[in-house]
Amino acid sequence: MTAAAKTLIIACGALAREVRALSDQLPAFDLRCVPATLHNRPQRIVPALERILDETGSAYERTVIAFGDCGTGGALDRLCAARGLERLPGAHCYAFFAGLSEFDAMMEEELGTFFLTDFLARQFETMVIRPLGLDRKPELRDLYFGHYKRLVFLSQTDDDDLLANANVAAARLGLAFEHRPTGLMAFARDLERLSTPLAA
Amino acid sequence: MSDEPELILADLSDDELVEQMKDDLYDGMGPEIAEGTQILLDRGWDANAILTESLVEAMRIVGLDFGDGILFVPEVLSAANAMKGGMELLRPILAANDAVKPTGRVVIGTVKGDIHDIGKNLVAMMLEGAGFEVMDLGINTDVEEFLKAYDEFNPDLLGMSALLTTTMPYMGVVIEEFEKRGLRKDCGIFVGGAPVNQEFADAIGATEYGGDASNTVELAKRFMGVNRP
Repeated sequence: MTAAAKTLIIACGALAREVRALSDQLPAFDLRCVPATLHNRPQRIVPALERILDETGSAYERTVIAFGDCGTGGALDRLCAARGLERLPGAHCYAFFAGLSEFDAMMEEELGTFFLTDFLARQFETMVIRPLGLDRKPELRDLYFGHYKRLVFLSQTDDDDLLANANVAAARLGLAFEHRPTGLMAFARDLERLSTPLAA
Repeated sequence: MSDEPELILADLSDDELVEQMKDDLYDGMGPEIAEGTQILLDRGWDANAILTESLVEAMRIVGLDFGDGILFVPEVLSAANAMKGGMELLRPILAANDAVKPTGRVVIGTVKGDIHDIGKNLVAMMLEGAGFEVMDLGINTDVEEFLKAYDEFNPDLLGMSALLTTTMPYMGVVIEEFEKRGLRKDCGIFVGGAPVNQEFADAIGATEYGGDASNTVELAKRFMGVNRP
């Protein structure tokens, strides 16, 4: 535990880099992460968070859950309610990076939208291709993505390599490609609101 | 290139062929399943016997191994895809056979706002394999479409699927509408999908929560009084 930190942020590993990038904008915090790969088995997310919460006990004035619902089917919200905690708004990170209304508008525009963030563009192979078995059974691609029409890359940084990765990912999935830079503004605003100790 | 001699399915005895088809389905070999199914049909096998003794039995093993963590989603999908080849040959024959009474009638769909249908398709196919007549409404299905299908098809069961936390509450909307119209007394409502759990199913008043495809089929059979102790 950092001596000055009164806030603990427990984040999905997919957000660790972005949370750290906001260090200067947030009150001193400690960061604990759970593996992003748990998204493939979302029923394990809440138990993983509970373990960290039990370990840290009352060591912090404030604990922030840097997760969306992430496929837990409301279980994460029930955990937050039981422990008096708050999580980031929205169902998943696409929503809080893009901003909730912008995200809803994109879904309204095209229901068959598959999203990538910087993290997913960087880890496309590990987080998408291999867990879906497309590395060994590429013929399954259309079973998984047959109803998708486009891939939208929600970028948090201006990184040509990630942009190229996302483009390749879209081609690999047979989807039209769109790039919508989000930056970190909406994410920073939510995180700042949640992580500021009440007394501050 | 493999040194093993190529296996000629047509040269196998009936028993050997059925066993080989189970292996091939487990391994997701679609063309071989279609070929084996056609061979058995040509040999005069009853379509229902082919279905239950080879395809469904193999899928049952796939389901068990998935539950035990031996197989994963890609392998299950490959197996289901292979089964589809055999089903396409058997379906018209089974449908034309009035002597075989269906286990039950099911309307199934992925709910409004959701385009994910892998689990739903798997359940639909497994139900067909278990002798159910299935009307599949596809993806992004709203309450009016479920009601229309109920009127047209007179199902014993309504199945709804959702992959997203944001879309699963719509299952409750459909259930409420069925309740309001008094349609539930003759029709069980089953729900499933990755974020769905028993607690949610109970909260929205579903008849059953299907945790996976095999479990859903067992629940559906039990609901229809099949294999009831």
